[in-house]
Amino acid sequence: MTSVAQEQQMAGWFRLVGTHLRKDLRIEWRSREAINAMLFFALLVVVLFSMAFDPTAAASREIAGGVLCVATLFASVSALNQAWTREIRHDVLDALRMTPADGSAMFVAKVLANFLFVSVVQGLLAPVFFIFYNLRPLGDGWLLLAVVPLGTWALVANGTFFAALSIRSRNRELLLPLILFPIFLPALLAMVLAVKTILTGDGSDPHLLWLKMLAGYDVIFMTVSLLLFDTVLHAE
Amino acid sequence: MSETASETATGQGQRSRETVARLVDVSRLFGTFAALRHIDYEFQAGLCYVLLGENGAGKSTLLRVLAGLLPPSHGRVRMFGDLSPAEACGRIGYMSHAPMLYDELTGVENLEYFAALYPRGLALAADEALRQVGLDAKLTRRVGQYSQGMRQRASLARVLMAQPELLLLDEPFSNMDVESARQMVRLLDGLRRPGRTVVLTTHQRELALPIADCVLTMRGGEIVNEGSAA
Repeated sequence: MTSVAQEQQMAGWFRLVGTHLRKDLRIEWRSREAINAMLFFALLVVVLFSMAFDPTAAASREIAGGVLCVATLFASVSALNQAWTREIRHDVLDALRMTPADGSAMFVAKVLANFLFVSVVQGLLAPVFFIFYNLRPLGDGWLLLAVVPLGTWALVANGTFFAALSIRSRNRELLLPLILFPIFLPALLAMVLAVKTILTGDGSDPHLLWLKMLAGYDVIFMTVSLLLFDTVLHAE
Repeated sequence: MSETASETATGQGQRSRETVARLVDVSRLFGTFAALRHIDYEFQAGLCYVLLGENGAGKSTLLRVLAGLLPPSHGRVRMFGDLSPAEACGRIGYMSHAPMLYDELTGVENLEYFAALYPRGLALAADEALRQVGLDAKLTRRVGQYSQGMRQRASLARVLMAQPELLLLDEPFSNMDVESARQMVRLLDGLRRPGRTVVLTTHQRELALPIADCVLTMRGGEIVNEGSAA
């Protein structure tokens, strides 16, 4: 294949991603199903943890990373399920399967949409979180801007893939966390420890190690998901 | 049903017609349940086939197999000569009893979205397809607020954008009031004129018979009877 043809193919693929993404964002803008469900659930988790443990400032720095990650994880499960429920409602997925469009473009668009939804919730949650836990990072606070998106990408890339995998199951709401949580565990640990290191300011290198681990996890799982998605999409 | 039986029932005059879909010993199992059992059949170009049968007879499964949405557990499906259903997907239009559209988008937004998924474009623009089925393309209401009849017509418009040679319609009159169902019949009658093949399933035989060239009755996953509408 010539480079011009390859470029045209790539441009077509990116156009497809844009088409799917615009549709997903438009539907979410009109229904707000995913963001509303996630936001209230995550807020509840954060508030309940702060009430239950009433932590001191030092203790807060130790546990805050875990609370933030677990709140995001639990809250995002509903959005991840929702993303594919929309497609199977009224058999829309069958209509999509009959188009010549590349399934990987749909998958990437869904991951991007879910990433945006979870990031919006995290953005809204962050001030509440810092107030309730009386937090002030003692380490390089700006590194949170790398850790949180990398961890979130790991969650939504895996979650979107496994939600698609469990889409035809009658117990998909239960099945998704059962598959997702164990596989997400390495990324969760890396994210929690990186956030903890940044908040407590313990050492300068460890959080870079966790960052690299998160980036590696993202690359590996995104590649595997992209390679397998077409099979999952057309499985009956 | 055997190929010989098929030829006899559809008449000698139709032998010269092109075959759009050929099923060779097709079975489809769901676990141990056989939804389709050893079906041999050829669908000829330009005819309207009506599939009748009780719930669970295998009508919808047969349409999904023809559409390429379900692979047969056994046997072969060839479309337009020697293509697999997946290879022929651009030439097949499938409409299930659900509208296959997003509730949160308007009719034209839905159709434009689907049109954008075809890299080479489609034969009909979204607004033209909606006009063909009698819907206003400027309607700002979302599909979730449409009546059942409007949803089915919008779904048909989605299918028509590609101007498919083979139309597969699963219960196109389901949950429609009498007038909407009659409108749909008139639409389908108009659609089969340009030489298009239509295969539809229904429980409302009295609605579909006037446009049928061939009536197939299914029972227990088999085609047990074939005849003309007359």
